[in-house]
Amino acid sequence: MNHFPEAWGRPRDDVYGAYNSTYLQTSGPKAHTTSPAVTGTSVLGVKFKGGVVLATDNLASYGSLARFTDVKRLRVFGGKAVVGFGGDVSDMQYIDRLLESIDIRENYSSHGNMLNAKNLHTYLAKVFYKRRSEFNPLWNHILVAGFDADDQPFLSSADLLGTTFSSPHLATGFGAHLAVPILRRKFPDERGIETISREEAIEALKECLKVLFYRDARSLDKYSIAVITQEGIDLREDEQIEGQSWAFAETIRGYGSQTS
Amino acid sequence: MTSLMGHPSGQTVGYSFSQPTAAPVKEHSFYPYTDNGGSTLGITGSDFAILAGDTRSTSGYSINSRMVPKVFKIGGDDETGKGAHILLSVVGFAADGNALKERLDAVVKMYKYQHGKSMSVTACAQRLSTILYGKRFFPYYVHVILAGLDEEGKGALYSYDPVGSYEREECRAAGAASSLIMPFLDNQVKFKNQYVPGSGEGHALQPKKAEPLPRETVEQLVRDAFTSAVERHIEVGDNLQMMIITRDGIEEIFHPLKKD
Repeated sequence: MNHFPEAWGRPRDDVYGAYNSTYLQTSGPKAHTTSPAVTGTSVLGVKFKGGVVLATDNLASYGSLARFTDVKRLRVFGGKAVVGFGGDVSDMQYIDRLLESIDIRENYSSHGNMLNAKNLHTYLAKVFYKRRSEFNPLWNHILVAGFDADDQPFLSSADLLGTTFSSPHLATGFGAHLAVPILRRKFPDERGIETISREEAIEALKECLKVLFYRDARSLDKYSIAVITQEGIDLREDEQIEGQSWAFAETIRGYGSQTS
Repeated sequence: MTSLMGHPSGQTVGYSFSQPTAAPVKEHSFYPYTDNGGSTLGITGSDFAILAGDTRSTSGYSINSRMVPKVFKIGGDDETGKGAHILLSVVGFAADGNALKERLDAVVKMYKYQHGKSMSVTACAQRLSTILYGKRFFPYYVHVILAGLDEEGKGALYSYDPVGSYEREECRAAGAASSLIMPFLDNQVKFKNQYVPGSGEGHALQPKKAEPLPRETVEQLVRDAFTSAVERHIEVGDNLQMMIITRDGIEEIFHPLKKD
């Protein structure tokens, strides 16, 4: 026994060699999320006369593995707004917890003014921007849907860098490439959201989800859809993509096993 | 001898194996910036200043939105910017641009509350430089232009680089298409490479002297600059937003641009 208490109870250096502490990172930058782990794919959103529709599928992927097939990525906030999450699922659950505590605090407050979707979007965008400025990003791309202070339909996006933008139709991830062109064709800017009915908007999103399921390898045919109107939120979380036709797949040539 | 001296790592070669003391430093792969495209432009006259920008927001080859304004009123009484007497345009990384705009807006408002008078454009210009320089080692990745009227009522325009170097100018283009617009401005506003006809041969030719242009001419120059930039730059388009500041206040005009 020696007289150094910090060495007591530890393997003796003269027998086992010095403790190999190389696996502990002792210097250099603190390790943060530098890439997402379990991820959700696209979020889609469209404004219509009197409200907004938001949709995501129910898949959480681990790389190319379809890891969790029953993950709800739409979150209702305060009965008037919905947040749709793409990107890292653990960061989504963290933000969800943030929103939970805000919701409780707001409900206990005496002023009686609930946060609307626009307030919520501003808050989340600032959270994202703060975290990116600390080099510790929340790896998400979200859509926020609901109403602004004038009770007009509101749809806006925020991402891990704190970038924000708003448009009558929005989609994150793969949806920005596949769904947005479909939505822009169905609902050109000249039409204005006043001419778009609730049914038309829902149908359009279902169509987009189907196209995404055909072509996005990290997508699923089970989805969630939320319709936000002044009357309330109609959230359905166990929907199934209908009317699939894989006939087109036969005609695809040029890669995979059919090279000519 | 050479085998002992020429050790590449510069460390002495021991007779026993040495333990590595420090773990290799992990590298960050998160890049906190992105380019949201777009272009801005400012021109002054004898009693007005114009700030203009397109309203497209991009990420790579995708168009995020066709309506994200880049020109803002600073220090207004409410969220509509009523009562403001300073204009700011930001182009580059939109999240930084927004954060910077909010900060400057708060500064100008606080100045008014604390001093009981509006902040002069000169003071605001210096303050903006200080704000930018304050983040010298993690800059706001934006090119900003500040506009207003000086103490004599003349149009004032200040342009900045991302770390706060600034200069008062008569005209400035910034952003994605600045390299297309700036030479046009040099020629059409500063009359560069224009000479008085018949004033001499070779070096004896008299350069045409630049003087402040009337408002109608300047507005037309801005429209021409943008319609031309849209033809040649993919990140510029959708709508042209123009803000004109005169002693009567601020006027905002939108013009459609090509949406391809």
